Amino acid sequence: MSKPIEHDYIGLSEQQLPSMEKSSDKKDGLHLKDTELRLGLPGSESPEREDHDQNVLSLKSFVSGAKRGFSDALDGGGNWVFSGGSGGGTEGLFSPRRGGKNNGGKDLSGLDSGSVLKDGAAQKPSVVQEKKPQVAATSSHGNGNIAPASKALVVGWPPIRSFRKNTLAAHPPKNDDGDGNAEAKLGSGCLYVKVSMDGAPYLRKVDLKIYGSYKDLSSALEKMFSCFTIGQCGSHGVSSGDGLTESRLIDLLHGSEYVLTYEDKDGDWMLVGDVPWEMFTDSCKRLRIMKSTEAIGLAPRAMEKCKNRT
Amino acid sequence: MEPSELKRSKDSPNSDESTRRSSFPDEVLERVLSLLKSHRDRSSVSLVCKDWYNAERWSRTHVFIGNCYSVSPEIVARRFPKIRSVTLKGKPRFSDFNLVPENWGADIHAWLVVFAAKYPFLEELRLKRMAISDESLEFLAVSFPNFKALSLLSCDGFSTNGLAAIATHCKNLTELDIQENGIDDKGGSWLSCFPESFTSLEVLNFANLSSDINFDALERLVGRCKSMRVLKLNRSVSLEQLQRLLVNAPQLAELGTGSFSEELTFRQYVELESALSNCQNMHTLYGLWDAKGIYLPALYPVCTHLTFLNLSYAALRSDELAKLLAHCPRLKRLWVLDTVEDKGLEAVGLNCPLLEELRVFPADPFDEEIIHGVTEAGFVAVSFGCPRLQYVLYFCRQMTNAAVATIVQNCPDFTHFRLCIMNPGQPDYITNEPMDEAFGAVVKTCTKLQRLSVSGRLTDLTFEYIGRYAKNLETLSVAFAGSSDWGMQCVMGGCSKLRKLEIRDCPFGNAALLSGLEKYESMRSLWMSACNVTMNGCRLLAREMPRLNVEVMKEDGSDDSQADKVYVYRSIAGPRRDAPPSVLTL
Repeated sequence: MSKPIEHDYIGLSEQQLPSMEKSSDKKDGLHLKDTELRLGLPGSESPEREDHDQNVLSLKSFVSGAKRGFSDALDGGGNWVFSGGSGGGTEGLFSPRRGGKNNGGKDLSGLDSGSVLKDGAAQKPSVVQEKKPQVAATSSHGNGNIAPASKALVVGWPPIRSFRKNTLAAHPPKNDDGDGNAEAKLGSGCLYVKVSMDGAPYLRKVDLKIYGSYKDLSSALEKMFSCFTIGQCGSHGVSSGDGLTESRLIDLLHGSEYVLTYEDKDGDWMLVGDVPWEMFTDSCKRLRIMKSTEAIGLAPRAMEKCKNRT
Repeated sequence: MEPSELKRSKDSPNSDESTRRSSFPDEVLERVLSLLKSHRDRSSVSLVCKDWYNAERWSRTHVFIGNCYSVSPEIVARRFPKIRSVTLKGKPRFSDFNLVPENWGADIHAWLVVFAAKYPFLEELRLKRMAISDESLEFLAVSFPNFKALSLLSCDGFSTNGLAAIATHCKNLTELDIQENGIDDKGGSWLSCFPESFTSLEVLNFANLSSDINFDALERLVGRCKSMRVLKLNRSVSLEQLQRLLVNAPQLAELGTGSFSEELTFRQYVELESALSNCQNMHTLYGLWDAKGIYLPALYPVCTHLTFLNLSYAALRSDELAKLLAHCPRLKRLWVLDTVEDKGLEAVGLNCPLLEELRVFPADPFDEEIIHGVTEAGFVAVSFGCPRLQYVLYFCRQMTNAAVATIVQNCPDFTHFRLCIMNPGQPDYITNEPMDEAFGAVVKTCTKLQRLSVSGRLTDLTFEYIGRYAKNLETLSVAFAGSSDWGMQCVMGGCSKLRKLEIRDCPFGNAALLSGLEKYESMRSLWMSACNVTMNGCRLLAREMPRLNVEVMKEDGSDDSQADKVYVYRSIAGPRRDAPPSVLTL
């Protein structure tokens, strides 16, 4: 599976939290460090942090998000929030390790690394609770033989009873896209896929079954992600549905800045819109609103695949 | 009581003027003590003197056993001859989170065998975290002709066949409460096993089960059980079916709806609303699986007198919750999913001034990438509007020390404070400091605190605070916290009322374990997993304290000298004989 591409933006989104958003122009490593998820590090590692308004999502920070090597993303994806990612601007910013997963200044000092890893290491079936695509890939970027423990691999954490876990897993909560049309159909009716946007602090989920066409999907996504591109947001970046913001996003989307892509069953990334809608919903596993500059090279592949399929 | 009776008893051979024995005949004392319900009061009473001990044991009808291995069924039966109701808890709480091996124990069968012999008139059995098989359920169903109430919470090992046996044989059943169990759901036919002549059911909760039941059988059952006050349906029951049930059961006090999401015609919606509005006694609402916002207004007539609303299986948005809560001014207990976000919690603060309990569960707890949910802002908003809060369970992805300090200042009456910052070891996200001061504020301000669950990045300072201030603390849950043995030592030394301590993934070792040597006999249990305790430390503990059971669960592939999971508990029954091979008793 082409994990690297997938993790590219996963890394970004994982490392950022709306409240931690900084309107900084920092380049490469430092920029991401400011916006990384692990709440402690920006304060500690980048003393030059100037903007203390935690609620404003800056357009610059998002849109100018530098493409981070996927090692960062993988590592970011593979760990607990507190681990990793300290250090100024060096490659492997989020690699688990600056010296091992469990240390680094502010991190869990005193935590027994052995015990942490014991629980985290995916060595026995009982440990793995939820499958996490990036976990498998993470180990290749981790610190030697220490596989960074994805949160999902820590047995029994967060402490949710099995009944609740199984209930939520079988019937995921409906997508709150704000227009009230999302019906959480029981059982076979759901087709939830994650949607990420380059530069956005977190992902959303959409149920493809509720849309009938590319147009429906596209306008729903525009509403969902409009706030990220405008710099106006509620406390969590919940879509504000402001008319101005939508049109701005549409401009962005229809302009050359962003394209909508998806990962298909084979793990390949394709441009959305090339295949008939039903074929698309059958094969789409996740969506990504990608910057146009990075989408170069996708189109030909999509065409080829289409040809191969028919 | 007649003066002449008193005189008679004084003249009885047992009373000796000079030694002044109890001036009450035993029967009187028993009568008085039978009015005592609290098992703690009864324990205190039994310690006064031998007469009182005997009077208490003869008058006790309900026994509560917090750890099934702390005592044996034979010992219980010997001491209490007249028990009609038993509550038993088995596995350590962390078994809910898969930290305890499958075949660990806590099987009810041995108890049932003794009860069948000694308590043939047993009426109630309430089990939590016990293993119970279908054979045991069948045995139960046929051995106790007066059996009335069965409640199974977080148990496993049985299937719907066992429930069928209960439904078939228990002619006097008033309560069947099946909650959050690991049950093998083989289908819904068990419900049809209640005979047509059966009318006594007052509590029916089968929300745990997923398969379809025969709705006609259910409708008839509800129709003829006129005393039914608690009905919690499973997801397979539709809105339309719910309406039909409610029409026949307007007396219900607690309702768990089935699925709340199918398409309804306008007429059906009106009928549903009408049926609900007839339920004037309803104070608890539960279920609402997959609730569609547009149907929630049907609940408004019921909302005005609701005191407990459990929305933890309904992924509501903040605006949907706000609209609903505007109609729930009397709410005391509220459970929600974090899909309501901070805005939804603001609505809680605005609309529910009487709120005493709030639980916020995560909708996507294992998905690192999707980061919505609630933050410290939501919790703070609730605290401003709900000063009477006593119980909180809050799952979030970020928190600050300042927010917690504000919260407890607004709500000093917390008895249960369970905060779960979902990223292990995460510090205050604004200051980057550990969350020590947050929990320091909790224990300093909330003097009535009985239960505390900590999370986030914590040093030993947190535990110093706990040891110093949390004088009423009885239950403490710790994960991924602490810096050294000193942390646990502070807790063991300071929290005099501690009864249950459960620790995972902390740097506490043998010194910490052994610092509680004197203490463990006054506690129910200690759990330590993935800490730094060694086998030698455990052996030492076992040797020094023979009245404790020290059990170690080893994991495959771990170091021989490490004690991966340690479970220590007091027991008068000695080491247990039913431990599986993975559990070593030292």
